[in-house]
Amino acid sequence: MDEPLNLVLFSGTDDKLQAAAVLTAGAAALGRPVNVFLQYWALDAFTSAKIRRDHGLAPEAGPDGRAAVVALARAGQSPWAETLRQAKDLGGVDIQACSLSMDLLDLEERDLDPLVDGVEGITAFYLNAGNGQIVFV
Amino acid sequence: MADTLIDARGLSCPMPIVKTAQVVKALVAGQTVEVWATDPGSVKDFAAWSKSTGNPILEQVVDKGVYRFVLARK
Repeated sequence: MDEPLNLVLFSGTDDKLQAAAVLTAGAAALGRPVNVFLQYWALDAFTSAKIRRDHGLAPEAGPDGRAAVVALARAGQSPWAETLRQAKDLGGVDIQACSLSMDLLDLEERDLDPLVDGVEGITAFYLNAGNGQIVFV
Repeated sequence: MADTLIDARGLSCPMPIVKTAQVVKALVAGQTVEVWATDPGSVKDFAAWSKSTGNPILEQVVDKGVYRFVLARK
């Protein structure tokens, strides 16, 4: 269990980010290191300006899916950013912004929410990933 | 009586385990924590967490849809 879990987050909708936050928090609770690499629309959702906004749902959710997600949130499910914050409290979770996506979205490091630990390129991500699984969300 | 109580009723996966991991981290060896949870994955998740971390489950009961666990810090 010592090999890290490596999550590449691409999608920026709240359902996919929630699923990724659950994967992260579960691994952190088991003491497994987690590297999160933020690309494209996922990175956009981690900017200070947008992290608290509604980011919509994946197209397959549909109206019924939207109602189910709203019901779970009303029942007390933590928003994904809060789940990630708690996961980081446990330690071993490192969240990095993809440098290419920073260029794409014309972002500076100061535009990012404090959940993000830094900016790196894909080579650094692979080095830190070691022999651990890489999961693309 | 356990040293600490975590009321995780109503919290969805993985927050009962996350909150438990946070509390157990701050305990010293032999101290115990009691957890109340309603997440239907609780039995398998707490068993997996215990197996993986080595922190034993001392008691486990289900009562009216509430899972109650007593865990110790190894």
